[in-house]
Parts: sequence; structure tokens; C-alpha cells
Amino acid sequence: MRRFRIIPVLLLENGKLVKTVCFRQPAYVGDPINTVKIFNEKQADELCILDISQDRTKRAPNFDLIKSIASEAFMPVSYGGGLHSVEHVKQLLRIGVEKAIFNTSAFYNSQLIKECSRKFGSSSTVVSVDVKKDFLGRDRVFVRNGKKNTGIHPISFSKAMEECGAGELIVHSINNDGTYAGYDIRLLKSITDVISIPVIALGGAAGMGDFVSAVKEGHASAVAAGSFFIYQRPHQAVLITYPDEHLLQNDFYKPLEKAS
Amino acid sequence: MIAILDYGLGNPFSIVNMIARAGGTSVVTADPTIICSASHIILPGVGSFDEGIANLHNFGLTSVLEERVIGRKVPFLGICLGMQMLTTSSEEGKLPGLGWISGKTIRFAGESFDRSPFRIPHMGWTDVQQRTDFELISDYAEKPRFYFVHSYHVVCDNSEEAVLESDYGISFTAGIQRDNIYAVQFHPEKSHKYGLGLIEKFINLS
Repeated sequence: MRRFRIIPVLLLENGKLVKTVCFRQPAYVGDPINTVKIFNEKQADELCILDISQDRTKRAPNFDLIKSIASEAFMPVSYGGGLHSVEHVKQLLRIGVEKAIFNTSAFYNSQLIKECSRKFGSSSTVVSVDVKKDFLGRDRVFVRNGKKNTGIHPISFSKAMEECGAGELIVHSINNDGTYAGYDIRLLKSITDVISIPVIALGGAAGMGDFVSAVKEGHASAVAAGSFFIYQRPHQAVLITYPDEHLLQNDFYKPLEKAS
Repeated sequence: MIAILDYGLGNPFSIVNMIARAGGTSVVTADPTIICSASHIILPGVGSFDEGIANLHNFGLTSVLEERVIGRKVPFLGICLGMQMLTTSSEEGKLPGLGWISGKTIRFAGESFDRSPFRIPHMGWTDVQQRTDFELISDYAEKPRFYFVHSYHVVCDNSEEAVLESDYGISFTAGIQRDNIYAVQFHPEKSHKYGLGLIEKFINLS
């Protein structure tokens, strides 16, 4: 049976774990280390850590915190936020993170993607394509935590990043972040149709059915989510969860196999 | 004490963490004296082939590795790129490999991958099967699965050395063994209980 990764995404802001809606209103949800321990016990497939602190674009990543998180994770970990140089990435991999995620620096300095891919391998080089609709309703790539519109269409940006040597893309819908509206399947498919590296779907997942759609219709190679793993609906109480193998088989892999 | 080779590439501290969890002690080192006193040697690897081989030579690790692993038969575990570098060559690079294992490293390619759902790099959890009994894998009720991150895979000249296999579009070699030389394409240090089991078995080899 082919397995597809299901990836909790944890947002850090000034050392605390938060969750946003449409990249705004970061709400405190807990302590990162404890949360990672829980995902470890539940044998999550992979973890994605994104530091969204305001000043992260100016300062180096908080390597001490990342190291203490990574040392609790006996699963693959990817990290994004403030990675501006080959030296940052080298240090990141050394302390126990498998993959470096770029967004702002990928847009302003595509040479960095080339260098990291050559030096650390394409599989360690991940680009987050953060997509939001502009005032005309057109898909555009945003950087700087969703604050800056690059004016670039996600398809051209994704192709460019693949050419630079990125080994994986996260296609992150800013409009759907934290809304439980489901993934933007049309956006996902438009990108997976034109590139051949793996794509991780992110933004809007409310349940296992969304995971199935992202793989089946969006042709994603992995699915990621924040709120789904962090909150219990309908009251948004913080409750860290991850589907167990039984649930995965019934609600994810069985529906996938039916389709193919 | 287990020596994890520090040659400027890879994720040595993930391996330190997993060994500690398995009850062992390890040191991340490029010091030949320490490597010579180690009971077990691990060659990690995340990165590209030429960069890895060049760094092994530049850090002066090749000769001490050969003396300990080939000469003295110290138990050795290569991980991911650390497995690929044991072959004679790789389609990823131009430099010759260590050549401890007769075979080469090639890219996932061909019809199985063109416009297929099997995208490259192969990233994720995949079941692993034993072609022959492999002493580093414990018995599980279910098929053991491990985390893979790679675009290239090893093809052994001697099929009996290809002890583990996996499927990703095609069947490929996931693990090799010859005498005291063990190597795996996946990342046991990031593979939860399955990886912990493998590391436990390796550090208990004598």
C-alpha cells in the first residue's frame, strides 16, 4: 500500500506555539516542546515548524529552540522562518532538522535555492508557495508572512522553484488558512499538473475527507494542516490529536484505494 | 562508544538522539583517534554525492574508515547518502565512490515515473521487505515502514548483498549487508519505533 504523509504544521511566534486564521490573529495554543512530544507519541508521519515571528525576517533563526524541538522528534522535521543563507541551512540540518523551507528568501534570492539544492540535495530544499487572491480575485504568490504581494502567479513561481532545484513545494492557501473551508483543490491541481516534484497541500483542512481530496483530486504527495491537529471543534478548545492507524486506514487509505 | 562521522554534511544530532533513546552513547567526530576507539561506526548522510565524497577525503576520514571497517571489521552502518557512497559511482556525481560494495547508485527514472503519482524525490514512509533475513529488523505484526528521502538508489552487483527492498514505482534496494557492513537507504533515526528497533539492534552487534 502506498502511503501519503499527513503532516501537522506548528507555528512559532516568539518561542510560543500559535495558530492563525488567514495568516492573521495568532492565538496562543501552547508549548512547542510538549506538543512535539505528543505528536511523537502518536507517531506522526512528519512535522513542519514555521516561525512567523515579526522580526524573523531580520534575525537568524532561533537555533536553540529548533534544536530542543528536533531532539524530541523521532520523525522527520522541516523548518521555515528566517533562513537567509547556506550557513543557516547547514546549521539547521546539523541540529537534526531534515528539510529547510524557504518563502521570502526564495523569492528575493533564488540563487540560495540553487546553492542549497546543490550542496544539501534537492530533498532538503523545500519552498513554501503562499497563495492569496488579489483584489481582482487572481491567485498571487505572497511573501513576508503573507504581507507582501509579489505579483507573481503561483504556476510560474512553482516552475521557477523546481528549475532552481527545490525538491518539494508546500502549496499554502492563505485565504483558507484556519477556516476549515477545505484545501484549494483547483490551485493544487493547477500546480501539480505542471511540475513533477512532490507537493504538500496546506491551508483549510477540516477533516480526513479533505486529505483524500487533496491526494485524489489535487494530486498532492502529502497533506498538511494546523487547526485540524490543534483544535477540537466546535468550540476551538486546544486538543492535540493525530489520527491513529485504524482511523487512517478507514478514513484515508480505503477511500483513496477505492478511487484508483 | 559509537562514532558518528562528522564530515560537514548531514544530520548527525538526529542520530545522537536516537542512539540515546536506544540506551547507547555516541560522539559526533572526525577525529581518527576517537574513531579508532569506537565500537561501532555510523556514516550519516543528507546531501549530494560529490559533496559527501569530497568531504570524506578532505576531512581525512577515508583511510581510517577503511582500516577500521574493512581491516578490523568494526560494525558499520551507512545511512541514506552514507549507503550510496559505499558504491563505486553515482549518477548524481562525477567522483568515484568508496567502492566497498560492488554496485552503483542510479536515479529513479524511466516510464514508471513520467507523469506518474510517484514523484521524485521519493519522500515519505514506505514498507520495507526482507529479501533475506536481515538481523537489524525486528519482528513486527505489521510490515515495518521507514522514512525515505532520496532521488537515487543503489543497484548491487551481488544480489545477495541487497537484503532489503521497497517499492516506489519500481522495486529498489532499501538495505545492504556484507559481513560487518550494514547500510540503509531510509532514515532509521527518523522512523519512530521501527527506526529505534533498528538502531537498538545495530548498537548491540558485537
